Amino acid sequence: MALLPLGALVLAGCGIPTVGNSPGATTVSKSVYNLWQGFTLGALIVGGITIALIVWAVFAYRRKGDNIPKQSQYHIPLETTYTIIPILIVLGLFVATMVVENKEEALPKTNVTIDVNAFQWGWKFLYPGHDVVVVGQTTQEPTMVMPINENVHFNLTSSDVIHGFYVHDFNFSRYAQPGVLNQFTIRATKLGTYDGQCTQLCGLYHSLMVFRVKVVTKAQYAAWLHTNYNPVAATAAFAALKQQTSSITPTKIDESEGNN
Amino acid sequence: MKTEAKLLLGLGTFFGAMVTVYWFWGNENAGSVMMFAGMLLCFLPGSYYYWWSRRMKPRTEDNPQATQAEGAGVVLALVFGIWFLVPGLGLAVWALFGGTAEGRRGGTH
Amino acid sequence: MTDVLDPPVVVEHHDEHHEDHGPTGILKWITSTDHKVIGLSYTITSVIMMVIGGLFAEIIRAQLTTPNNSLVSLAQYNELFTMHGSVMIYLFIGPFAFGALANIIVPIQIGAPDMAFPRLNALSYWLYLTGSITMLSGFFVAGGAANFGWVAYAPLSNSINTPGAGADLWIGGLLLTGFSAIFTGVNLTATIFYLRAPGMTMFRMPIFTWNLLITAILILLAFPVLTAGLIMLYCDRHFGTHIFSVAGGGVPVLWQHIFWFWGHPEVYILALPIFGMVTEIIAVFSRKPVFGYKGMVFATITIGALSLGVWAHHMFTTGVVLLPFFSIMSLLIAVPTGIKMFNWIGTMWRGEVWFSTAMLMAIGFLITFLIGGITGIYLASPPLDFFTHDTYFVVAHFHSIVMALMMGAMGALYYWGPKITGYLLNETIGKIQFWLLFIGTQVFTLPMYVLGLRGMPRRIAIYPLHHSWQYLNDWASIGALMIGLSTVAFLVNIAYSWKKYPAGDNPWDGHTLEWFTTSPPPHHNFYRLPQIRSERPTWDYNHPGHTAAEHGHSAAHRDETPVEAPTS
Repeated sequence: MALLPLGALVLAGCGIPTVGNSPGATTVSKSVYNLWQGFTLGALIVGGITIALIVWAVFAYRRKGDNIPKQSQYHIPLETTYTIIPILIVLGLFVATMVVENKEEALPKTNVTIDVNAFQWGWKFLYPGHDVVVVGQTTQEPTMVMPINENVHFNLTSSDVIHGFYVHDFNFSRYAQPGVLNQFTIRATKLGTYDGQCTQLCGLYHSLMVFRVKVVTKAQYAAWLHTNYNPVAATAAFAALKQQTSSITPTKIDESEGNN
Repeated sequence: MKTEAKLLLGLGTFFGAMVTVYWFWGNENAGSVMMFAGMLLCFLPGSYYYWWSRRMKPRTEDNPQATQAEGAGVVLALVFGIWFLVPGLGLAVWALFGGTAEGRRGGTH
Repeated sequence: MTDVLDPPVVVEHHDEHHEDHGPTGILKWITSTDHKVIGLSYTITSVIMMVIGGLFAEIIRAQLTTPNNSLVSLAQYNELFTMHGSVMIYLFIGPFAFGALANIIVPIQIGAPDMAFPRLNALSYWLYLTGSITMLSGFFVAGGAANFGWVAYAPLSNSINTPGAGADLWIGGLLLTGFSAIFTGVNLTATIFYLRAPGMTMFRMPIFTWNLLITAILILLAFPVLTAGLIMLYCDRHFGTHIFSVAGGGVPVLWQHIFWFWGHPEVYILALPIFGMVTEIIAVFSRKPVFGYKGMVFATITIGALSLGVWAHHMFTTGVVLLPFFSIMSLLIAVPTGIKMFNWIGTMWRGEVWFSTAMLMAIGFLITFLIGGITGIYLASPPLDFFTHDTYFVVAHFHSIVMALMMGAMGALYYWGPKITGYLLNETIGKIQFWLLFIGTQVFTLPMYVLGLRGMPRRIAIYPLHHSWQYLNDWASIGALMIGLSTVAFLVNIAYSWKKYPAGDNPWDGHTLEWFTTSPPPHHNFYRLPQIRSERPTWDYNHPGHTAAEHGHSAAHRDETPVEAPTS
């Protein structure tokens, strides 16, 4: 597994241009990005060798006459080699995957929680304990505000059909599903406003189900909560949410771990 | 018929191992039921073929040294009146299949 | 002792005897139970479906060339991508893979006079045709065709969210085509198990036939699950059940388990026959036997077996599936697929490679499938899937795969077309078709990988200007146009070459039994059959000094005594 950080280092050093993804704005997004680079290194090596073999065969063995070439049919040592090596590579990829997987689940809870409720065709962000709710549909593009350098715990569900909660710069997405309470924890490391969008087809205005995530300092977050304090709206929203989710057992990604 | 039997029994065993791991590790009902059904679907004809392959006379298509002349009778018989004999052969084979297919639980019923 | 040079046995025919009694003209086509006629019907129908699905694709790509475009409405767009995917997968590649060439070629490759159940075979075709028409008729009802994606996730596909008849016609069409597939699976299995010619042992069957056998078993394992799920969905929509709806105590994600338990084997049902086609083409046009025949067989069986245990890799983001299990199983499928890839290269290695259109298509398949396969490995890792799922990265991945399958399919049409029709296709037009298809595919897919990594979700009809997605979308649309032009070239080739270049029995110096008989084959496929002593009976007959037993190593028939070299 030394190969992976080494590979990532090499890539970072060589400045392989990113093709659209990046280390992102959270702790886990960075690990995911490094995993991505490790996979890419493997892909370039294996893919490169294989394409080279194909191209070589195409040029070196093109028909030159009417001869019938030697009718070789098998080569046990060679076939065994290219059975065993891929198995080892695949096992390595799996171990690397599980390392990052466990990182995603290892963040302990703190006291910042955001309930995300997807609906046709917008988003509702509720802040339990603070009586704040942010709602917006389609072109209203609601903004979810969260503090930097805090483990923010999310409860994600849907009021109707399945939606996809996707934030590009978090290198992350999760389904919002009716009857399911998906829980995950995210620790943002960069200030900024990031795009979010529904990625799971949910009907007519699926293309418009956009939201934003704004990562602010803790002070700004406290101030924002204070400004948006709205007990009337929040109570109603929380009551509706409770109706949807009271009988749902929250999901755990992995039963053995996860402080969700 | 041995190869056919081994193929199906092998697949069934693989599915059995897979569903055992999946059930104890993941404890998920839908997938476990479907994999289990798939295992049965392989074991049923597979075990029938295995039993049958030990009892039946060797077929010409399983004999690596068979000549076309040995099989010619079957071929010649088939060409007379396709409308009568191929469905008839089909029905005979279907009868063999029918008995093993009764317990099939792939979800069609 | 017999050897391959024994004069072939003449199969006596009394064609005139029962031609007198048969119907003629269109009635003859409708009532035919000849596997060659049925297979040709499948081929033509599935290619028509390909053109229809392709037209939907061109409209989709036209819509996506500009941000906030209004070429089609949001509602129409949802119908377009739903029906594009549905037509291409359910009505084109599936039937093409296991109903078209399989029907025509498998019986001939094993020396059989027809499929085991010819009438069931005919029924399969008519179910396919009527199912296709049923699904497409959704466009003509109020509310339009199905619009919930080709996967029809619950609760979006319930009667509240998708009330129209289009959805029900989609379900009904799939019930019909599903049974069509199941019956074909039965037919193929029975034919391969019971109707092989003398000497055609299981390990002498061509790789194409082996792949169709595994495909048939996968069909029998998977399709009934889809059928059951569709019936459940229909009940939820119309009979007041609550299988997939929370309100009645149901579980929406159950639909995904059922659908993908079928859905993942389905993509191998599409791919394995094409793998078989490509294997045959590469061997013949390299003038060598298949490299690692037994490895190929076991790799195919392994792929088939594993494919039943990976379905939830489509569900990683649901949060309710066992991630490590599905991750390791999905990663493992790469191993037998890689074995096949290296065996294909090994078949070409030190061969005499002839770049006919069929071979070019096969090589295009190798490269394109390599790209698609490798990107699939990324998707098998849940953390990597979390941010690529439902983005254009996935769209690009599976389009690399299916365009590779399309190349393989086109190669097979160039390869076996002459056997079926008796006429070759023009090679120059074929090469134009190939280059348009191959280059068009890369121009189409590669930008979409980047779009996905830049965050463009799938199934969106419009996108805003500020994401800077337009440039890549335009390239993808150009690529799609090139692919469309390659299809035009194909149709032009068919028209241009109509009855122009007689093929003869064996224009490619093919290895397997179908090349021993005439083009097209007679009513029961063979006037005469050679002795079968290896997996290449026609090659052995035509090149007695170059059988594998003499030149290289021979693994396929260790169980028999060696064949004596001819003394003349």
